[in-house]
Formats: sequence, structure tokens, C-alpha cells
Amino acid sequence: MSLLNVENLRVTFPTRQGPAEVVRGVSFTLGRERLGIVGESGSGKSQTGRAILGLTPHPGTATADRLEFDGIDLRGLSARQWRGLRGKRMSMVMQDPKFSLNPVMAVGKQLMEVLRTHGASRAEARRAALEMLEAVQIRDPERVFRAYPHELSGGMGQRAMIAMMLVSAPDLLIADEPTSALDVTIQIEVLRILDRLVQERGMGLIFISHDLRLVSSFCDRVLVMYAGRVVEELRASDLSQARHPYTQGLLNCLPQIDGDRRPLPTLDRDASWAE
Amino acid sequence: MTTLTQNRGRRGALWLRRAVGLLATVAATFFGLLLVTFLIGRIVPVDPVLAVVGDRAPQSVYDKVFHELGLDRPLWEQFWMWLQKVATGDFGTSFLTKKPIVEDIRRVFPATLELATVSIIIGTLVGVPAGVWAAVRQGRWADQLVRVLGLVGYSAPIFWLGLLGLLIFYAKLGVVAGPGRIDIAYEYSFTPETGLYLWDTARQGAWDAFGNAFSHIILPASLLGYFSMAYISRMTRSFMLAELGQEYIVTARVKGVPEWRIIWVHALRNAAVPLVTVIALSYAGLLEGSVLTETVFAWPGLGQYLTNSLQNADMNAVLGGTLVIGAIFVGLNLLSDLLYSMLDARVRRGS
Repeated sequence: MSLLNVENLRVTFPTRQGPAEVVRGVSFTLGRERLGIVGESGSGKSQTGRAILGLTPHPGTATADRLEFDGIDLRGLSARQWRGLRGKRMSMVMQDPKFSLNPVMAVGKQLMEVLRTHGASRAEARRAALEMLEAVQIRDPERVFRAYPHELSGGMGQRAMIAMMLVSAPDLLIADEPTSALDVTIQIEVLRILDRLVQERGMGLIFISHDLRLVSSFCDRVLVMYAGRVVEELRASDLSQARHPYTQGLLNCLPQIDGDRRPLPTLDRDASWAE
Repeated sequence: MTTLTQNRGRRGALWLRRAVGLLATVAATFFGLLLVTFLIGRIVPVDPVLAVVGDRAPQSVYDKVFHELGLDRPLWEQFWMWLQKVATGDFGTSFLTKKPIVEDIRRVFPATLELATVSIIIGTLVGVPAGVWAAVRQGRWADQLVRVLGLVGYSAPIFWLGLLGLLIFYAKLGVVAGPGRIDIAYEYSFTPETGLYLWDTARQGAWDAFGNAFSHIILPASLLGYFSMAYISRMTRSFMLAELGQEYIVTARVKGVPEWRIIWVHALRNAAVPLVTVIALSYAGLLEGSVLTETVFAWPGLGQYLTNSLQNADMNAVLGGTLVIGAIFVGLNLLSDLLYSMLDARVRRGS
């Protein structure tokens, strides 16, 4: 049985010009695998991820014909049921640790909070949090545990974020541009840590990114989104055989080390893609 | 374990260095305050000699006093003399009450301090939750209610609210006591040590007098509290809205943290940092003494004393009072700075 089943997911925001649909009928299934979602800004990839966690920001609404996580229908869950799932069975790594960590709470306390919320004792939570910090290859977990977010570098902060989201051993992890705010050299390190933990623990991963090459090297399967729709779904290894003109266009825009390309290719958008 | 204690030690040292730096700033500010106060006393068109000798004294007496007061010396020398006096706590004598200014202020200030403290407690205890509530229910009727209440509190003249309050709660319903700090029947049932009646009566176990003092203070304190609550709730609302839109709130939701904890622990803990300044400044404003409230409620506080002195050109009293108020502002600013660095680790580090 698949871990996550999404059919015809739609996310709508009311605006002064009437409702704006930012996710328009997205369907996919996810096993214990790594699924990449790529697309440009505003293509609806982040809102897809948030809708799965039931975190569509107010006043938006998310509807779907089917939204099942491990046999649980996610539509119409109560706030309490959601809290039981979030953090414990599904979680999300966000883009920038500078903003996604609470600035006035020590990192360790924020890690422990996940476990404390789901019923662990203080000592237990502390021990698990320190272990988890070690698992994301932080050399001095005690120091990071006591540190405040501003005292950590970006890479360190994102590791702490990953630790926080994995400390309760969830089944599904959504990573929403987890490396976009980091230096290129640190990106690889953080990705490696994420990859190893996801593999070891047999989780399902949804990796949201705008970086096509990164996604293709890191994921098993790739969904390409454009204007709120999935325009193409393919195996990461088959990326070069992409059929949709948007994907081809994106691939075409990637810089290549050998060969000087002038003029730089641009993406010609076709209005029919958004249909 | 060693790193832990070292770390703590380092944080302690930083905190100390910061405190010393702050004290230096305070000293400089205070010197400026003294200078300005002194100059005010020299600039206003009030002849200090006349205040001493009266306007019918012969010219010889006038000249003698003029010399005794040192008014014939250069300004900086006069300032130096004044500083020396102030340093020993000598602000001169009030022309109105014929008592040393220090004694006068010691008498009137506790009344204002007590009223302001009870008011700011009411204002904070009501204003902060109201602001949080309004922010959480943004745009809904709870939010509108808090906003309207805040607007009324902010714009209704306080003397009018005071008279209305006296009319309803004292004259008609009789649930609170009237003007004044305490009924005359209780005035001698305790010894005023600090001048804070609630504190003194409670410490001496004079609970009847405590109850009476409380029923006297509760109406003016509620009104002033309402006034500061209007401001505090609006500021809380906007600080909370800013915090609730932050990414770390989404993180907390992803973690499955219950909503009450997101609001009261995650968001409010961050909003509390600027809120400290708002509350401290409101408190400082109340400590100046509110002339209108004190007049309506016959409250013998600093505001009334200062207004009286000013109207009667009692410059020594005005200068003394100004200095006290300035000192309060400086002190509360210092306090809120220190609280700031306690609440926010980012401030603690920076210097």
C-alpha cells in the first residue's frame, strides 16, 4: 500500500478578483521513496506540500477527491487528530533556518518540544534530541543543544532543523527547498545527511525544489509542476527524455560546462501549458 | 560539564559589561537632565528673589538676597552650586508649603506611585490578553470589540470618564469609595511607613484600612488602567500579528504543537520583547502623575503638586518634581533595556 495518495488536490485563495486556484488538480502517489517536485516560483509546489500537512494558510482552502496518508483520510481531520499526526508521523523541513527556528528559544528546547508534545518524558526527550543532533553530524551536540538559533551558521541551523523534524521518526518528510538558503558547498553536505537518514529509516520523502538537476540526482521520481498543475511525471533517470516542452525548456536552460552558448536560451511559455 | 560552566560564566561577564555600559549612558543622560532642569529654572520669567523676600521688600534687602542666592555670579558657577546642593538632596524650600522640596515629594510621590502601579498592573493584565485575543481572532468580532474598546479608552477624556465613574459606581451604586486615598476613620489605624497605603496596611495587618484604601484606589486605577490598556492592547495586537505570520510559527504547527502553546509560548514570547518597552513607557507616563485624574479623585499626587507649584511660580518645587520625573524615565528605560537583554538572546550577545 502506498504511503500517500493524492487525487485531484486543489488549493484556492479568495482574492478581490474572485477565487485564485494555485494548485489545480494535482494527483500522485508516494511509497517509501524519494519524490521530487520541481517548478518555478508560484507553480504551486510549496502549497502542495503544505496542503498535505493541512497547513494551507488562512484564508486559503484545500480540497481533494482523495487525500490519504497510510490509510488515514486526511480530509476533515479534527485539529487534535492533525496534531497527533504532525511532528509524529509526518513533518516538514523548511527553507531558511534563520526564519523557521524560534529566535528566543534554545535549539535543544525546540527539539525536545516535538517529543514532549507527543508524550515523552523530559529526560527521554533530552536524550533523544542529543542523539538526533549527533545523527545530523553535529560535532558538539551539547553546545548546539544550548545555543540559540542566531548563534548557529546556516548549515548548522538547517541540520538542527532536520534533526528536529526527524527526531520523532516520521514516516513522511516533506522538504521544502531545504538547501536553497545555504551556500553551495554546504548544500551537498546537508543533502547527504538528509539522504542517508531518509534511506536508513525507510521514510517517504517529498523533495520540493526549483533546482531540476539537484532533484534529478537526488530523487527516484520527479513531478514537474507548472501553473498549479503537474505537467509531467518521470523517473529521475529518464529526465533527458522529457517530453513536455516546459521540462525540455527548463533542461535547455541549464548551464553546461563544455560549450559556450550564445544567445542564452530562454523559456518560451505557451499559454496552452496552463490549460 | 566544564564547557557548560564556562559558557555560563562568559554570558555572565557579557551581561556585566553591558550593565556597566548602560550605567555610563545613564550617568550621561542624568547629567544632561540636571543641566536642562537647571536652565529651565533660569529661563522662566520668575524672579527667585521675589519669591523669598516678597514684592514689598526694600531694594537693599532685595540686593542682599540677590547676592546670597548667588545670582550675581556666572551661570556655570551657579550650576555648580546647584549641583552640590542637589547632590546632598537639598532642592530648596517650597514657597507654597514652606517645607523642603524633598519632604514634599516624599509625601506626594507615594500616592502617585501607588496609583500608577495598580493602574499599570490592571492595564497589562487586561491589555496583553486582549491584544493577543484580538490578534488571534483577527478581523472577527472579538478583534473589533477590542479595537473599539481601545479606541474609546484612548479618545474619551479621562476627567469625563472619571466623573461618570464616580457618578455610577460611587454615588448611584455605592460599590466603591469616593475621592481621596482613604476614609478619615481609617487614616490613623495604621502608620504610613512608605506612604503606599495598600502596602503599609497589608504589612501591618490592618485589613479594614486595606479594604478601604483598595476601594478608594480601584476606580481611578481602573480608569488609568483602561487608558494604558487601550494602548497596550493595540501594540500587543500588532506585535502578535507580526509574530504569528513568521515561519517559526509554521514550524511549530508542523511539530504538532497545540495552538495555545503556539500563541502563548512561541509568539507571545517573541512579542514580549518590544512589549516591555511599551509597558515601561506607559508606566513612566503614569508616574508623572495624571493631573486630571488626580484632580477629579482628589488624589494628593505628584501631578497635582506640580501643577499647583507651576501655577504659583514655585520654581524650587517645579525643578525638584521635574528632576524626579526625569529620573523615573531614565530608570524605567534602564530597566526595560535590562529586561530586553534577559528576554532576547540576540540582544544579550550583541554589544
